Amino acid sequence: MSVEAKVQKIIMDQLGVSADEVKPEASFVEDLGADSLDLTELIMAMEEEFSLEIDDEEAQKLLKVKDAVSYVEKHTE
Amino acid sequence: MSEKTLTALVTGASRGIGKCIAESLAKAGYQVYLTYASKAAEAETAAEDIRAAGGKARAFHLDVSDAHSVKDFFATEIKDKTDLHILVNNAGITADSLLISMKDEDFDKVLDVDLKGAFICTREAARILIRRRSGRIVNIASVVGQTGNAGQANYSAAKAGLIGLTKATAKELAGRNVTVNAVAPGFIETDMTRALPESAKAQYLMNIPLKRFGAPEDVAEAVLFLASDKAGYITGQVLAVNGGMYC
Repeated sequence: MSVEAKVQKIIMDQLGVSADEVKPEASFVEDLGADSLDLTELIMAMEEEFSLEIDDEEAQKLLKVKDAVSYVEKHTE
Repeated sequence: MSEKTLTALVTGASRGIGKCIAESLAKAGYQVYLTYASKAAEAETAAEDIRAAGGKARAFHLDVSDAHSVKDFFATEIKDKTDLHILVNNAGITADSLLISMKDEDFDKVLDVDLKGAFICTREAARILIRRRSGRIVNIASVVGQTGNAGQANYSAAKAGLIGLTKATAKELAGRNVTVNAVAPGFIETDMTRALPESAKAQYLMNIPLKRFGAPEDVAEAVLFLASDKAGYITGQVLAVNGGMYC
């Protein structure tokens, strides 16, 4: 499974949204209805899945689906 | 995946209030995990007694103030092996002395166990409970966290802090259907209070409107209620179980 597909699955599981909602341009808060606890859980789930440590400052920049995908791609090469 | 067992975790459950809470939760049908810091034999006996009575219980050594140990414990024993629904932060110690002669280490160790320990366990449990979208956290505070007590600046500060922790956590987790409440016992007959001089006990009794000391069962009943489905709309509260000492 590609990084993109894995991230998409995490977002779907965590936020209870469907695959077609998880577009690259979708904002977690505005489009996918995430609250602050959701965002924290999302970060933790990605850290777990990809064995990453995402610091708070970096995490706050991950606003859209594409941000999360490119962050993971960049840090798992 | 096999069906996981509905579980309640009670810290500091080898004796006294914690043991009684564990017994009550076991009777209510939960598998109970009891943790202890030093009284291994007593904790094992407590777990065995629950099993002998037909309940499910296991005892584990855990220093709640050690974040690494707590994290490991949750990872190896709780996360994938149980269906954790209830956390009771009961573990607590005292190291009494008047403030002007209180040692730094006596202040620190009480805060570390009674307040930080609850924070650490709550953090680990909350990560599980928010995913589960349902859960109960009950913190065992104390009347002295509400009133203050001479000779217990450290313990009073820790228990008052625990009440603040309860209220903040309640707000953070409410959106995930996880309630967080505190029970504030008054004078309960346990090893902790048995150590007090008779004259002090007589003094306390004069200030208890119900004219008797409480039993661990009195506290356990309150915990059982807050942990039950019946208390689903109650969060961020402090339920005083103190015979009317302070309302």
